[in-house]
Amino acid sequence: MREVAIIGVGMTKFGPTHLNIKELFAEAALQAIEQSNLKSVDIQALFVGNVLGDFAEGQMNLAGFLANEIGLGPHVPATRVEGACATASVAFRDAFLWVAAGFYDIVLVGGVEKVSHMGTSLATRAFAMATDSHYEELCGLTFPGVFAMLTHLYADKHGIPLAALKNQMARVAVKNHHNGTMNPLAQFQSEITMEKVLNGPMVCDPIQLYDCCPFSDGAAAVVIAGREVARKKIDKPVRVLGVGQGSAGALSRQKDFTVMQSRAASAGQAYKMAGIGPRDIDVCELHDCFTIAEIVASECLGFFDFGKGGTAVERGETDIGGKIAINPSGGLKAKGHPIGATGCAQIYEIAKQLRGECGARQVDGARIGMTDTLGGDAGTVVNIILGL
Amino acid sequence: MYKLTHNQYFAALKEDNLMGLKCLECGTMTVPPKATCDRCSSTELEVASLAGEGVIRTFTVIRVAPEGLQAPYLVVMVELEEGPWLMGNLEGLEPDQASMDLIGKRVKLGHKVVAQMQYTAGEGVVPLFSLVD
Repeated sequence: MREVAIIGVGMTKFGPTHLNIKELFAEAALQAIEQSNLKSVDIQALFVGNVLGDFAEGQMNLAGFLANEIGLGPHVPATRVEGACATASVAFRDAFLWVAAGFYDIVLVGGVEKVSHMGTSLATRAFAMATDSHYEELCGLTFPGVFAMLTHLYADKHGIPLAALKNQMARVAVKNHHNGTMNPLAQFQSEITMEKVLNGPMVCDPIQLYDCCPFSDGAAAVVIAGREVARKKIDKPVRVLGVGQGSAGALSRQKDFTVMQSRAASAGQAYKMAGIGPRDIDVCELHDCFTIAEIVASECLGFFDFGKGGTAVERGETDIGGKIAINPSGGLKAKGHPIGATGCAQIYEIAKQLRGECGARQVDGARIGMTDTLGGDAGTVVNIILGL
Repeated sequence: MYKLTHNQYFAALKEDNLMGLKCLECGTMTVPPKATCDRCSSTELEVASLAGEGVIRTFTVIRVAPEGLQAPYLVVMVELEEGPWLMGNLEGLEPDQASMDLIGKRVKLGHKVVAQMQYTAGEGVVPLFSLVD
C-alpha cells in the first residue's frame, strides 16, 4: 500500500437551505477541487455518500447526476454509498483503499444531505429505517429512543444517578454549542445554558430536545491523492495514517450497547494501522448525535475509562485546550448533522485543525487527529486517523 | 435452508409463543431468527421454543413518534431467561409512571400486531411485554 493524503477539503454552511442536493454537493466539491489546485477533469473517480435522497427529493441513482453536475466525464466511475450516519466515512475509506492500492491517483469523496423540508414526522420515520426494520423498527423505535435506552442502561451499569448523568450530558451540549460559536459553518452559533438544556421538551425519556443534534442540510467533500501527486499539488498534505470499519446487527443482538463492539473493532483497526494509541490523539471529531453518544464514544475510543466519560467532560478535559479536544467544530450537536455528509465534515475539521486554519477554535499544536462516525445503532462504524 | 422465517416467527408470536434458533455447535439461542448463530456464526441450528420471560434491562418512553404511530409509548429491552436480549413494547404501565425502577423488573411476553405501513414488508408482530407481580 502506498501513502495517501488529503489535498483539499470543502464544506457548505450546515442548516436549512434553499439549495437542493445537487447544488449543495457542487458547492462543497468544487471548493475541495479548487483547494487541491486541480480541475474537475483531473478527478478519476467519485465516491459520494447520501442517505435519504430517495425519500427527500425522489432521486435515486444519485452518483452519476452528481458527477455530471461538477463536470466529471463519462469515463469517471461514480459510486453512491449508504451507511446511515456513517455514510461519508464509508465513502472515504473505500476511496482511500483504491488510492492506496494504486488503482487511482486522485479521487473525490463527498457527502450530501437535504432533509429540512421533510418535516419531523417523515424525517423521524426515514431516520428510523436505519434501525433493524424487520423486528425493532416495528416497536416504534426511533434514534432518540435508541440513545434514551442507552442512557438508562449506562446509568444502571455504572451506578450513576440519572440526574447526575443528565448533568454530565448537558455539559456536552454546553461545550459543543460553545465550540459552535467559533465555527462560521455551524448550524448553531450561539451559546446554550445548562438550565436551557435541562428544561427542554422531553423527546424520549430521558433524552430532551437539547440532548439531540438537529436535522440538517449540508455537504462536505475531500480530495485524496497518492503521495507523489499530493506533494506536487500542495504544500501541506494531510496524511491518512489509519482507517477502520466495523459492522453490527440489530440493537438487541449487541446486548450491552453502552460499549459498541463494532466501534471497538473499527477503532482498533485504525489505531493498529497508524501504529499509535488513544494517548497520541490531539483532537477528535466524534459522533455526538446525542449528548450521551459523545460520552460513550469517548470511552470506547480509549480516551477515558468506561463510566468516566461524563466526569471527564465536567472537568473540562474534552474542551479545546483540555487533555483531548473533542468536537472543536461544535460536533453534530451544534455544527449540525446532515447525515450523508457528516463523515466528510469531520474529516474537513480535522484536516483544517492539523493545517492550523481553525482560528478561535484552533487546537494548539494539533499533529494527529481522529474521526469517529456511527451509522445507525452501530450497524456501521468508521474511524479515520489523520496526521501531518 | 432458512430454518425459521420471519413469517413463521410472527405466526408463533401471534399465539404468544416465542420461537428462536438453538445452535447445535455452541448451544446459544438466537432470537429473533437469522441465518446464523448470534455467537459462533454456525448454520447448524434447530428451531426451539423460549419461555417468553425475562427482566427489563433498559427502557424509554417515546414522546416524538415516527409517521404512522401515536406517542407516548414504552419501548423496553428485555434479557430473556435463555440469554438473548429482545426488544418490545410494555403494556400495563402509564408511560408517565416509568422510572429507573423498571430496570430489573420481571416481565412476560405477549404480542401486538402492527398493520402494514408504507415502506414495510407486510404485517408485523412485536413482543408486547407486561410486568409480572
